[in-house]
Amino acid sequence: MSGADHSAGTPSEASTHVRDPGLQPERTLLAWRRTTLSCTVAALLAGKQALHGGASTLGLTAAGLSLLLWLAFMTVAHRRMRALASPRPDLMRRTTALGAVACTVGLAVFAVAVVR
Amino acid sequence: MIGFVESLRLWFAPGRVREEGETPDYRFSLANERTFLAWVRTALALVGGGFAVDQFLPDLRWGWRVTLALALLAVGALCALRAVNHWVRCELAMRRGEDLPVSRFPALLGLAVGVVALAMVVIVLFGWAD
Repeated sequence: MSGADHSAGTPSEASTHVRDPGLQPERTLLAWRRTTLSCTVAALLAGKQALHGGASTLGLTAAGLSLLLWLAFMTVAHRRMRALASPRPDLMRRTTALGAVACTVGLAVFAVAVVR
Repeated sequence: MIGFVESLRLWFAPGRVREEGETPDYRFSLANERTFLAWVRTALALVGGGFAVDQFLPDLRWGWRVTLALALLAVGALCALRAVNHWVRCELAMRRGEDLPVSRFPALLGLAVGVVALAMVVIVLFGWAD
């Protein structure tokens, strides 16, 4: 999470840079926030689906799994949002993008498994 | 497809992107990231739609319900995978100073969503059976 190593300027340049007049980091942060909200809705529907047939062992396992996926997404998003709080944030990491997408695909796969 | 295989290699080789071209203005990268996030939200909405079809249309015939749900879920998963692929390709194009990649995916997705919506209308109107 070191801030300066792959941003365009030197560290001193980055720290004297006041702010982006287009508020790009803030907009990106809010886009992450919206995405976490979407993920929350999808995960809630997944949990509801899992517990649909009563609190059986299978149902509880499935609900736990969707909770886990949701937590993973929140962790990825939270780390990225912290990085975006700097005035000149780094490029998003490959693992961040893959993590977010893996959680989304995981929810879809999970859904296929519990569709009845 | 060759472009897809090439970018698939790049997904799992971080740092390779940085060897290419020069670092674009960070604002362009952030805009690219927001586009990626918008696609992820679209994917999440489709997955949520799949869950919703399965849960909120219980009177529908089993076959129809499962087909609709699976179609939405598959498109959602595809959309998420394509989001990260497109993000990588845009990032590369910006570094190399090339044009951004064009794609017929948005048009196809629009068509698919339209077809599913139409199917839902038809099914809900005529398909409330047994």
